[in-house]
Amino acid sequence: MTLEIVLFVIFALVCLVSGILMVTRVNPVISALFLVVNFGSLAGLYLTLNAQFIAVAQVIIYAGAIMVFFLFVIMLINPEHEKRFLEYKPQLKIFAVAIAVLVFLQIAYIILFSKPSEGVSREVAASVKAGTIEQIGRELFTKYVLPFEAVGYLLLSAAIGALVLAKKKFK
Amino acid sequence: MGIGEIILISLVKILLIISLLFLTVSYLTYFERKISAWVQNRIGPNRVGWKGLLQPFADVFKLMLKEDIVPEKADRIIHLLAPMIALFVAFSTFAVIPFGPEVHLFGYDIPLVVADVNMGVLFVLALTSLSVYGLTLAGWSSGSKYSLLGGIRSSAQMISYEISMGFSIGGVLLLSESLRPIAIVESQSGWMWNAIVQPIGFITFLVSAFAETNRLPFDLPEAEPELVGGFHTEYSSMKFAAFFLSEYANMIIASGLIVTLYLGGWQIPYIDLLGLPSGLVALLQVGAFIFKLVAILFFFLWVRWSLPRFRYDQLMNLGWKVMFPLSLINIIWVALLIMIFGL
Amino acid sequence: MQIPIEYYLILSAALFMTGIVGVLIRRNAIIVFMSIELMLNSANLTLITFSSYLGNSIGQIFVFFVMAVAAAEAAIGLAIIIALFRNKLTVNLDEINIFKW
Repeated sequence: MTLEIVLFVIFALVCLVSGILMVTRVNPVISALFLVVNFGSLAGLYLTLNAQFIAVAQVIIYAGAIMVFFLFVIMLINPEHEKRFLEYKPQLKIFAVAIAVLVFLQIAYIILFSKPSEGVSREVAASVKAGTIEQIGRELFTKYVLPFEAVGYLLLSAAIGALVLAKKKFK
Repeated sequence: MGIGEIILISLVKILLIISLLFLTVSYLTYFERKISAWVQNRIGPNRVGWKGLLQPFADVFKLMLKEDIVPEKADRIIHLLAPMIALFVAFSTFAVIPFGPEVHLFGYDIPLVVADVNMGVLFVLALTSLSVYGLTLAGWSSGSKYSLLGGIRSSAQMISYEISMGFSIGGVLLLSESLRPIAIVESQSGWMWNAIVQPIGFITFLVSAFAETNRLPFDLPEAEPELVGGFHTEYSSMKFAAFFLSEYANMIIASGLIVTLYLGGWQIPYIDLLGLPSGLVALLQVGAFIFKLVAILFFFLWVRWSLPRFRYDQLMNLGWKVMFPLSLINIIWVALLIMIFGL
Repeated sequence: MQIPIEYYLILSAALFMTGIVGVLIRRNAIIVFMSIELMLNSANLTLITFSSYLGNSIGQIFVFFVMAVAAAEAAIGLAIIIALFRNKLTVNLDEINIFKW
């Protein structure tokens, strides 16, 4: 079980650091790369939670498809580097960070105060079973088949919409 | 088996696979040159060693001695990172490809695969989807317009063909009812090879594999006449060698996947009817896997020296308007087979 | 010994706040967009944590839907950014401040 904790600490640290670096880097490509690292470490966290299917889907969908798309657009339009943190409207930014830290402290306090771990105790067998692709597939195509189809239509309409929006208008 | 023994056996397997892969990759470059020479009626490399057999070592030695040049406008860290990503992804995919049946050695049952993951096929898909980064970042970080064009092309091309690749794998999964590569191989016993049961899926997968490995006729990311060298224009020395190795390693992995998913993996049809001793059967089956792998690799090389390069719009049209619908038709075909014959 | 569920929840909250800071302090539309993805992912982490601790796969199915929606959103959002860039030649949110041009 100590292995689990070591893995959690490593992935959590990578996740947080890469998230913060993503927000603070001025070069958009570097930011996108740190977001990829972040998604990879999240996939690792999902594995420590026995959610194998979602972990692999995270890598395939987020790291493999969505972030490549982001990188593609960044390379295509090559936006100029942004100004550094304190060069532009520093008061506003410091205020934003302070508010975020405050809200985070509140949430952390609520989480620790309400002690959710007293209410749930993880049974390893049940949590492993919940994460297998068989279990997810069965639920997805029986109980949740209507939302599944709806998501299919959503993706179709998104694809059409993206085509219409990004297409060059000929005059 | 204790945890120590499992780790030891895995380490041995990893070392074996990595060293074999490096050797195969370097000799693949030799065979590429020999086959191109054969196609073009030349002799090919014949000076270093007998029949030029030491040529790969000479190549590696030459690349090591070259100066490592980083362009002034390049992003140094990412310029270094990109070939590493390409090589890492190419070599780690082989972990889930089974190259033989379970064998009994020194009192242990050892499955001849590095990692018997129950989501093996998804693992492969995840890693191939990451292989885009190596090429795209190489193109971007070089700070050269040819490289950038190559990188953008590679990301669009690989994402497009990943879709038809994923859908053709869908047909295989319908029949095998499992994502474990070993189970997929075992589901193709006898002549029930997926290449025979679902020929359309086999063709779409083959074409997508060519596009994913950036081989001719789909080597648009590095098209020499248009883009100088594409994404690796600004690379030299061992960084270039890393890209070169990863391209050939990708070819071996694509061939391994094709053999595993469509050509029955290590299986030889009806070999168990002959009543041979199990050790010999296992050896023959590993041999069969290698034979199929080499046959597909030869096909890769043969196609490269026979077909011209596609134009970019033709490539996209083929991917989206031909390969994608065909892979969907394949899924319907397999579903019909299952419905009618109850396979 | 198990990892207490609080660890995952606090990590998820920290990630969410990082995303919010990103949206508030960055002016590049693409990075703002990536921060939103980060926030979606932190929500996913919470869902999967509860799904795993309760031994119930509904949370993971919801995450699957969130991923699909995120993919659709990325496609549309980036298409909008490209269309904007074509008209204004910038992706800076402070300069995209008029309804019509």
